[in-house]
Amino acid sequence: MSGSVLVMMEQRGGAWSRMSWETLAAGQQLAAQIGGTASAAVAGQGIGALANELASKKLDKVYAIEHQLLGAYTADAYTAALEQLIRKTSATMVLFPHTYQVRDFAPKLATRFNQVLISDTIGFRIDAGAPVFARQLFQGKLNADVKAVGPAPHFASIQAGAFRADQLENGTAQVETFTPDLKPDAIRAKPDAPFRESARAVDLTAADIIVSVGRGIKEKENIPIVEELAKALGAELAASRPICDSGWLPMERQVGSSGQTVSPKVYMAVGISGAIQHLVGMKGAKTIVAINKDSNAPIFEVADYGIVGDLFEVVPALVEEVKKAKS
Amino acid sequence: MKIIVSIKQVPVRDSQLRIDSSGRWIQESDLSFEINEPDAYALEEALQLKEKHGGEVIALCLGPARASQTIREALAKGADRAIHIEEENLTAFDTLGIAKLLAKAAEPEKPDLILTGLQSDDLGAGQTGVVMAEVLGLPSATIIMAVETAGSGIRVKRELEDGWFQNVEMPLPAVLTIQSGINKLRYATLMGIKKAKTKEIRRVTVAELGGAPAPVATIERVYLPQRTKQTQMLDGTAKEAAAKLVEKLKFEVRVI
Repeated sequence: MSGSVLVMMEQRGGAWSRMSWETLAAGQQLAAQIGGTASAAVAGQGIGALANELASKKLDKVYAIEHQLLGAYTADAYTAALEQLIRKTSATMVLFPHTYQVRDFAPKLATRFNQVLISDTIGFRIDAGAPVFARQLFQGKLNADVKAVGPAPHFASIQAGAFRADQLENGTAQVETFTPDLKPDAIRAKPDAPFRESARAVDLTAADIIVSVGRGIKEKENIPIVEELAKALGAELAASRPICDSGWLPMERQVGSSGQTVSPKVYMAVGISGAIQHLVGMKGAKTIVAINKDSNAPIFEVADYGIVGDLFEVVPALVEEVKKAKS
Repeated sequence: MKIIVSIKQVPVRDSQLRIDSSGRWIQESDLSFEINEPDAYALEEALQLKEKHGGEVIALCLGPARASQTIREALAKGADRAIHIEEENLTAFDTLGIAKLLAKAAEPEKPDLILTGLQSDDLGAGQTGVVMAEVLGLPSATIIMAVETAGSGIRVKRELEDGWFQNVEMPLPAVLTIQSGINKLRYATLMGIKKAKTKEIRRVTVAELGGAPAPVATIERVYLPQRTKQTQMLDGTAKEAAAKLVEKLKFEVRVI
């Protein structure tokens, strides 16, 4: 088997998305497995310097997809530009980092080739010539092997943290500028500049210890139970997304892909099942403690210490013990 | 505004999942099911848009006979009518096939807006809405946290990573995938539940929609994930486990 892997790198305002490098490493490894080549592409306006940065990696080609209509991201322009590049290069596999932007346009792009994007994958192998991607189901409770059948190109996105950027192989690659044929009136969305809501009052990234609470807490009225634990430990209180969605704690205390990314000394996840959207925000903690009633909860896959039990019993007992130890 | 909300029925969140004898899916017989959570937010957004601008909300669901329970609940919350593409064997399709079927069912309704959740809690592919848009030739935007009208089109707030957002304007008709937490979910009222019994659920089959293409991505195997870390499980009563943990925090992690 042979073929060519095309890795679509992501940048915003001239800065790389960190996940792009992990995906590029995945692309090199996939190319090695199929006995083919890997190339990379980056799209935007004035991206020559970014493309040159890629030229020092072990790649067949680097494509700088340059167009003024790619300056601000739109699904229509990105889809059209990449469709043209993929048809021109006859890439057999296209990889993306599984970012919010990729989720916005890559399914659309795959549809143009009568394909599906095999999304949020964590590994791959080649089985009788066909790529098989591993991905999570049911918020990480189960895994599945998904086989791409039928003719190429195949499309997949790579989960944050599934591959290591430091395994990227250096080399040299030839940079080629690709100018897609884009029409202004084919771009239906008019985007404003990205913005952040008012400055964060809570900086969770500075905390040594974080006590974080999830759905297991059941009701807003129960929040003081974990608040008490945070106080006893001298920790910041944080939460998974659903808690903030429900307004039980302010959005600025949210940890995860849409909230803050933290790496404290200790992260204590209380009643948090550990969906990937949460894990990407806290996997970097030095020590992870999980308290959950479901022994199969994915949070235990990343935990250093685990207690399977009812948080309404465990947390008050823990408050007692912490107070005892500190006195 | 005529709004179609595409909803999916999934196993309830705390389900204990068991792999079925084929090794390719889960045992469904002993599970309870509910509306996919992001789809519940999409439905709520549709109902709020209708309350503001008038119009009609149609719930669209591809699922087996059991999904009619979830459809009834959508009607009880305020959807005006529903279309149920009834199909027992969902594993025969991939995302493209499912999105094509949903698009085919939605098309004759000529909706102004199609809403769906950003992803499902079971497969989590996060593509149905975007692929539907592409099949129908409509613009789309994903992970939406606010929707308002702007002239003859709409202005939506996209969530980006790390606390960033972006406002985007687009013409109608359009397809949006809705993020959990965009609004506050309502409960069905007794009156709503009563009314739902008389609302129309139109049932169509996959064959009546012209079938779906053969899948290009198939699940070969479902299995338990392997632990990447050696987790020290602390057992005993709540008190004993708590004492052990404090011991660890004090002497191994050294934060107390």
